[in-house]
Amino acid sequence: MNGAEALVKCLEQEKVKSVFGYPGVAICPFYDALYSSEIETVLVRTEQNAAHMASGMARVTGRSAVCAVTSGPGATNLITGIATAFADSIPMICITGQVSSELIGSDVFQEADITGAVESFVKYSYLVKDPNEIPRIVKEAFYIANSGRPGPVLIDFPMDLQKAEVKKFEYPEEVKLRTYKPTVKGNALQIKKVIREFEKAKKPLICAGGGIHLGDAAGKLKELVEEYQIPVVSTMMGIGVLPTKHPLYYGMVGNNGSPAANRAMREADMIVMIGARVADRAVNQTEVLTENTVLVHIDVDPAEIGKNAGATIPIVGDAAHILADMAEYEIDGDYAAWIRELDGYKKDLKVIRPEHPGYVDPASFVRMLSEKMDDDAVYVADVGQNQIWSCRNHIVRNGRFLTSGGMGTMGYSIPAAIGAKYAYSKKQVVAVCGDGSFQMSMMELATMKQYGINVKIVVMRNNYLGMVRQYQHFSLKDRYAMVELNKAPDLDFIAKAYDMKYMLIADMENLEKQIEGFLADDDSCLCECLIDPMDLV
Amino acid sequence: MKRIFSVLVENRSGVLWKVAGLFSRRGYNINSLAVGETDDSHVSMMTILSSGSEQTLEQIEKQLNKKLDVIKVKTFDESRAVTRELMLMKVKYNKTNRREIMEICEVMGAEIVDMSETLMMLQICSTPEKIQLMISMLAQVSIVEVARTGTLALQKCMED
Repeated sequence: MNGAEALVKCLEQEKVKSVFGYPGVAICPFYDALYSSEIETVLVRTEQNAAHMASGMARVTGRSAVCAVTSGPGATNLITGIATAFADSIPMICITGQVSSELIGSDVFQEADITGAVESFVKYSYLVKDPNEIPRIVKEAFYIANSGRPGPVLIDFPMDLQKAEVKKFEYPEEVKLRTYKPTVKGNALQIKKVIREFEKAKKPLICAGGGIHLGDAAGKLKELVEEYQIPVVSTMMGIGVLPTKHPLYYGMVGNNGSPAANRAMREADMIVMIGARVADRAVNQTEVLTENTVLVHIDVDPAEIGKNAGATIPIVGDAAHILADMAEYEIDGDYAAWIRELDGYKKDLKVIRPEHPGYVDPASFVRMLSEKMDDDAVYVADVGQNQIWSCRNHIVRNGRFLTSGGMGTMGYSIPAAIGAKYAYSKKQVVAVCGDGSFQMSMMELATMKQYGINVKIVVMRNNYLGMVRQYQHFSLKDRYAMVELNKAPDLDFIAKAYDMKYMLIADMENLEKQIEGFLADDDSCLCECLIDPMDLV
Repeated sequence: MKRIFSVLVENRSGVLWKVAGLFSRRGYNINSLAVGETDDSHVSMMTILSSGSEQTLEQIEKQLNKKLDVIKVKTFDESRAVTRELMLMKVKYNKTNRREIMEICEVMGAEIVDMSETLMMLQICSTPEKIQLMISMLAQVSIVEVARTGTLALQKCMED
């Protein structure tokens, strides 16, 4: 058995079903070993998208997914995908081929110091120096990626060592890492303090972040808030922690969030952040966190607590465990008046959008689309105006809402949707992007075609990089530098080129019927929606 | 506010770079950094002297703890530690100032460890403040080269 075969065997032990990637000479021994394995392979069209596909798969399955590319440019192309996953704490294993070990450091063809380049975007990285270490390294890599605050782990594997003989293969049962022991259980005294604060509070509010999804804690959250009638808002990454229409859910916070949710944050006398970073886009600190606000911050990563805001009560630990521990207590609190107040905000504070006759209204479109989608469908939003329209208007029931929240990576939606669909081929998966972001990933239509991965794609077309244009509108006196996209390409032709269905929604007429048509079958479809170029979020 | 970080790390290639990289990426100060093996050859001790607000110093400790090559982080004030630094210094001397240099060495507890007809190498092991003083005392004679280890520190015995 050689190093590459040992690596494949380790992936089988970790029950990896598929590898997204792109070969090159330096990773050939690995792909050669995969060729005789049951593990499926998906050949992408550019490496960045292999990372996004693994990321999309990991987001819906909750387990590390794998991508593998060659050395040099293959590895560097992966970096944006790795950084995107890192910013959203997504578990992922990235395998990169490397030039032969004796050549490392001599700048030979396709050599790149990838472990050095990704250091600030990975949870950990390995440069393999001995193929006999592969079992330990892979076992550790999966453990590190999946546990604590999840994140990508990279394994850089020199080509000579992929081919070198492994003396004895033994996959370790457990990992031994003296430097890494994530805290799971929250401190009992701190939890008790939180309960006491809940009893003192008149206007408590839970602000749930992506950590609830990552910690598989949505069920526990729902039980707790329903029992004690505690209202909930979410960050962008937290969308879907409660169904959008749940009576205790008041929307997304932040500068792109819903007015009711932001009002709730300002009025609350106790805010419990769970699995959220208190980052700039979500929490306007000077407005929200006053001296009178009790801030409880629950996160599995101790470094997040106190990084952006000082917490009154910090609790380090896993969200599901802590919520379960909290549910053990009886909370003696009556928040009926607070909920009435919030219901008032929900009713009265609405974003009023001007009409754009002759175009599709993206807000109505997203609402209608999400209502017509399957109950457990996956909605993948890209980045730009389309992301904000999606966040604000998508109605989650039992499905998932995926987006690149931390990094804001354009071109994310199509590959991430492919990854999600590949994981659950029976689930409906819809990617919604703009004409800018579509063109960053449209090469992956070929991957969809080749493997029969039937993702539905909506392109909100306004012939502009709309989010930047909007910024220029508000801040740069309408000087629209570098944002016009012209009319190319013709999306009907693009769809035809990839033997894909195409439809055009040009205005609001028959919107419902059109959307029903778009979702009618299980085939992939490219749907172009014409949006007013001057529309604003 | 100044703080000493005693960081036990796995003695592997690239660890120094990762820790130093963390400081530069997040804009933390490194006033001084010294690294060496401990009694266990698999473990190195990094002694980092940093400064910043209370919140920054707390973040440094947390971010260091997040690094998977970091085994343990201890932080303490300079006042609670014994700090030492070693300096080697080459100075040019002549007949007229030779005596004076030797007197300074005597007062400061420095040694002359090497000599030629025109150059002297001095060695001093002391607190960072005294080392600074030594440099300023010898500023008027011509200093040719200086090498310093950076501050080493251990928490005082009573508080361990």
